[in-house]
Amino acid sequence: MATEVIEKVESRSTYLNNGHTVKSWLLTLDHKRIGLLYLFSISIFFLIGGIYASLIRLELVTPEGDLLTPDTYNRVFTMHGVIMIFFFLIPSIPAVLGNFLLPIMLGAKDVAFPKLNLLSWYIFMLGGALMMYTLINGGIDTGWTFYPPYSSIYSNSEVTMAGVSIFITGFSSILTGLNFMVTIHTMRAPGLTWFRLPLFVWAHYATSLIQILGTPVIAITVLALALERTFQIGIFDPKLGGDPVLFQHMFWFYSHPAVYIMILPSMGVISEIIANSTRKRVFGYHFVAFSSLAIAVFGFLVWGHHMFTTSQSMYAGMVFSIISYAVAIPSAIKTFNWLATIYKGSVSFSTPMIYALAFLGLFTIGGMTGLFLSALGLDIHLHDTYFVVAHFHYVMVGGAIIGYLGGLHYWWPKMTGRLYPETLGRISAVIVFVGFNFTFMPQFILGYLGMPRRYYAYVPEFQVLHVLSSGGAFVLAVGFMLPLFYLAWSIKYGQKAPNNPWTAFGLEWQTASPPPTENFTYNPVVTTEAYEFEHVEEIRNAGKTGAIQTA
Amino acid sequence: MSDHTEHHIVSPKIYFAIFGALMVFTAITVAVARFDLASVWGPLNIIVAMTVATIKATLVVLYFMHVRYSSKLTQVIVIAGLFWLLIMLVLTIADYVARTGWPTPLGQV
Amino acid sequence: MADSHASQYGLAHHFSSMEQQREAGTIGMWIFLLTELMFFGGMFLVYAIFRTTYPAGFEQGSHLLSVKLGGLNTIVLIVSSVTMAMAVYYSQIGEKKRLVGMLSVTLVLGLVFLVVKYFEYREKFEHHLFPAMGFYAPDAEHLALQYHQQVRVFLWIYFAMTGLHALHMIIGAGMLLVLILMAHKGRFTTSYNSPVEICGLYWHFVDIVWIFLFPLLYLTGYHLTGH
Ligand SMILES: [Cu+2]
Repeated sequence: MATEVIEKVESRSTYLNNGHTVKSWLLTLDHKRIGLLYLFSISIFFLIGGIYASLIRLELVTPEGDLLTPDTYNRVFTMHGVIMIFFFLIPSIPAVLGNFLLPIMLGAKDVAFPKLNLLSWYIFMLGGALMMYTLINGGIDTGWTFYPPYSSIYSNSEVTMAGVSIFITGFSSILTGLNFMVTIHTMRAPGLTWFRLPLFVWAHYATSLIQILGTPVIAITVLALALERTFQIGIFDPKLGGDPVLFQHMFWFYSHPAVYIMILPSMGVISEIIANSTRKRVFGYHFVAFSSLAIAVFGFLVWGHHMFTTSQSMYAGMVFSIISYAVAIPSAIKTFNWLATIYKGSVSFSTPMIYALAFLGLFTIGGMTGLFLSALGLDIHLHDTYFVVAHFHYVMVGGAIIGYLGGLHYWWPKMTGRLYPETLGRISAVIVFVGFNFTFMPQFILGYLGMPRRYYAYVPEFQVLHVLSSGGAFVLAVGFMLPLFYLAWSIKYGQKAPNNPWTAFGLEWQTASPPPTENFTYNPVVTTEAYEFEHVEEIRNAGKTGAIQTA
Repeated sequence: MSDHTEHHIVSPKIYFAIFGALMVFTAITVAVARFDLASVWGPLNIIVAMTVATIKATLVVLYFMHVRYSSKLTQVIVIAGLFWLLIMLVLTIADYVARTGWPTPLGQV
Repeated sequence: MADSHASQYGLAHHFSSMEQQREAGTIGMWIFLLTELMFFGGMFLVYAIFRTTYPAGFEQGSHLLSVKLGGLNTIVLIVSSVTMAMAVYYSQIGEKKRLVGMLSVTLVLGLVFLVVKYFEYREKFEHHLFPAMGFYAPDAEHLALQYHQQVRVFLWIYFAMTGLHALHMIIGAGMLLVLILMAHKGRFTTSYNSPVEICGLYWHFVDIVWIFLFPLLYLTGYHLTGH
């Protein structure tokens, strides 16, 4: 395959210069290249989702519905949700950072099933293409939750095609999870026992569990919905004797745990960044590791908290409410352990650490407001208001996306072999933090005051808060766009990165930046516990000699 | 890697024994379904049918799929799968059962 | 311990040993079956809810199905599971001819199942029992409209579940075909036979799904026979 002459400048062969043709990328089985393929694709989806978000915030600057028609507005917020959730957040950290790093962190040459890994990207792109087809045909207007009977009978938009798209995309998520689980089980380097694994790996193990067990249920649910819409089969449509609440049960059985598909990998990233930026082993390593698994299990027991205002039985509501409180425990364990790690650590305020600190604050707010919503009585007041919108954006943006950006910066030198401009990185991290809070903090107040979600017009009293929110969204957009430019710039013009720019601990820092195609030029053997920064010097030297050994 | 995955070869005799058991259970479940047991107790028919089916499935899993001789990990995976399936079925059905008036009003002919 | 078998037959480059590769394949298939379990599980949930909501409609609907054909298919699938298990056995002891034979018998039985299923479906279409356009339940004029709808819901669940199951059978048949070709070329040895084992797991799983579908769909209204 490799036809080009390499012996020009690069003396060392890396995964990046191992083939420059388009074909060498599109047919690659290398987990690192597949990770970059995902990075490229989800960035595009993030941009599209972001454009829809801007439209929403622009419409809401004035109380009257003047920019968009009500029907267009419905389509805009639905497409924003669908694209951001299914095509950006769910694949974000696992498919990009996980794909790239997991095998390296395990000291393996690749994931267990490289062909399935590539297939998962193609499935993702097929699902994405169908969603783009939906988008070009006007999008859908049901809200990302697709509740019947509106979605099955009344909606005049491309619900069936969107359902097929999500059905297909689900399989890419399943394949990624399957690959990760098998890889973690069978391909750890000699000496890398379960409790020597980086917490990033534990988090991804828990995430994979959810992907494998939850995703098939949403697949069968949207399939049934597509049938209902096409043939009126009478499963979800009350007029035909069906039960719309059954749809909600099946939908949320996946979609609540899906929140943990987004947040757990981010927690893994935060553990790595905090350990490195404080030069300390993560406090309570075992607790943090097991709390990931606990979140994965408990996350499957709470879905009914989305249905407190439906015909769901009061008793079921009580059970779901109590278990929802319980799921806060493992999240709190993590948060407190991270704080304890920072305590008396030698903290360095690098870009990743600024993101990590932002995560701690924002995720705490997002999680705590989740407890408000899982209280049966209070939820009646707050259900379907901007309070909910603010809550899940604090978790998904303040938690998942901030973690993703932090991780992207942290491992950028490893992935590309180039350093990003640190000052710009810090500035944009602060801009994101400030912009985010201006966008969503007012929405808590709006929701509490009674502003319902998914409305394109509102009473004039709410305008100040809405304008604040829209202004914050503009700042946030600047904060998101900056990394896009300087990261892209650094690929070509950034300073060359050393193998271990952070003097960090972990197998991924013992190999070259960027790593060779086979990840390691030697067979890594692990002899130390995780995050033993005392050993980092000798490990660094091992990495250097490893790099020199390159043929 | 794990040491207990050395390959256990199941003798064909066991396969034929299981085959016999599966056929017998199939016959039982068909025979029982001929009778309307609702007069004894409403859900008795489905309970018998599901018990027999579960026994058959367990035999297939343990012997045809070798789970009885497999690594601990495989056994854990099987149990975890059942556990998650039960979460979905039990919690959802529990909601319906706890509702007032289910299934009578909808189910009326 | 790595590296010594760089050219071992059947070993992919990113695994360090045959044992590791075999373990990865087996665990991978089991985890995939977890996904399948939850996939079918969603349909079983739908079944459970509507069976309890519409007990009478389900019995009537089930009564429209042929226990004879369903029972025949049950036996066909169980026998095919035994032959699949035997195929795994012959791959383990390295008897190539018998391996090819058992895989072929399994494939034929799988195809028999699909043919029977085809005739069942065709019969339903001919009697306007496919629950879409032109659906007409027997005795509809005697039944309340709502009741008619209940039978229709049952038939939808019947077509959805058996259809998904049949799709899995078709995929399984494709896998068997590949295995037969590989076995015929002598690709499998006593130390490299995990593809046979892995496909075996899948085949048995599909059998298990049918073990539940048969009583739930076909036998629910069986006691109405002769009334
Ligand atoms: Cu939730």
